[in-house]
Amino acid sequence: MTAVVPERPVGGRLIDQFEYGLDAPICLTWELTYACNLACVHCLSSSGRRDPRELSTAEAERVIDELQRMQVFYVNVGGGEPTVRPDFWHLLDYAIGHDVGVKFSTNGIKLDRARAQQLAGTDYVDVQISLDGATAEVNDAVRGAGSFATATRALENLAEAGMRDVKVSVVVTRENVGQLDEFKALTDRFGAQLRLTRFRPSGRGAEVWDRLHPTQAQQRELYAWLLANGDRVLTGDSFFHLSALGEALPGLNLCGAGRVVCLIDPVGDVYACPFAIHENFLAGNVRSPGGFQQVWQSSELFAELRSPQTGGACTKCAHFDACRGGCMAAKFFTGLPLDGPDPECVQGYGETALAARAGDLVTPRSHLDHSHRGPVRGQPTLLGIPSMPAKICDESPLAGLRPA
Amino acid sequence: MTAVVEFDAELPWQRARSVALRPEPFGALVYSFSTRKLSFLKSKQLVAVVESLGEHPTASAALTACGVSDAQRPAYLKALADLARSAMLEVRA
Repeated sequence: MTAVVPERPVGGRLIDQFEYGLDAPICLTWELTYACNLACVHCLSSSGRRDPRELSTAEAERVIDELQRMQVFYVNVGGGEPTVRPDFWHLLDYAIGHDVGVKFSTNGIKLDRARAQQLAGTDYVDVQISLDGATAEVNDAVRGAGSFATATRALENLAEAGMRDVKVSVVVTRENVGQLDEFKALTDRFGAQLRLTRFRPSGRGAEVWDRLHPTQAQQRELYAWLLANGDRVLTGDSFFHLSALGEALPGLNLCGAGRVVCLIDPVGDVYACPFAIHENFLAGNVRSPGGFQQVWQSSELFAELRSPQTGGACTKCAHFDACRGGCMAAKFFTGLPLDGPDPECVQGYGETALAARAGDLVTPRSHLDHSHRGPVRGQPTLLGIPSMPAKICDESPLAGLRPA
Repeated sequence: MTAVVEFDAELPWQRARSVALRPEPFGALVYSFSTRKLSFLKSKQLVAVVESLGEHPTASAALTACGVSDAQRPAYLKALADLARSAMLEVRA
């Protein structure tokens, strides 16, 4: 397939301009390591074991130099658990010293009092603590025994050190969507800010997606909650598929994959988005000649992603302008066509599309899996969760009627 | 907290020193290293205005020098006022 680069219109809405891509990402996610002390059941990058091909300190510094040249003003650093990299604190200082701000996601394992104080004294860094339940019971069932205590201890240390604007990052699931007010209260207690993001069937998330993704009724509750509380809660603009319920949610209601965002993985591979670690969305590697800039500006894959969608079932829908067809990764990993509805389409077309999948369909899987092979201390089993089955009356008429 | 001030186009303005500007095909992206806010300049002419503010005695003079027509002036003044309110622009000492 030859990518024809479409001509960009002059003027008009910013969202239309973003569809054609930018000279550099607005922000990008950089996963520093696949190593992680936890084994969360829904890990988007199937992390656990360190990859021996991981970028060295010197290579990571060169990426930062390049981001500074391209004026990428901040990066979202994650993993794996980025703080288990011995050079993490050095790379943090290096990035900040080169005008690249860092927001990093962590489970809190390394954030003792001393580190909390160091962070509070560092300008241009944001900390995001992952928490997927407002209670230990709900959180630890997916993130592992003791992980709630680790996260809240880190929050305590940061609050005590006077660190401001700490984020508590929650992946919204069927089990915790009923705890939104509790999350807000917990976050307020630490003087932090709540960040909610969408659960996608990426990495190990694919294995538990049927069981953990919010039901249609829960999505409507979430939408109402976001409309009522949206100005005080961050979302990474990840719930734009809900905008098809009516009033648009604040933020960029567009799939930014390869257009305004991308992912650099621990071995330097560049993917269209953090939820799309799969060969189909691999654009290149920062180690190749021309580095990251070459990949971002010239890869064939990104050129294709920057062509506005003109066909497919969704473009005929009255709500297409609101949701733009939803999340590319969510469609891909549930085996749905990329120009059709999102599996969680709030108009119900996703349920229909999921039900219409071929009975022998094998959903795509990533070529990478760094999951721990042996047992992990506190490993979550999901067994403790009282399962909340989708109620047929709450769902689209086709819920539960999937062919066996 | 900074008080909301009316944008005075007769003052000498400049892009705030803590603000970086990244050219893009549609205009530019501006980023404030102090407030960590991101904004967009939606036309190349607006980019030209913002970049030349510092060379002119007033914002009005910058608009004229950049060839902004009378019809476009109110929209440009509003854009500059928005940028000033979000601390992307500052008055020159």
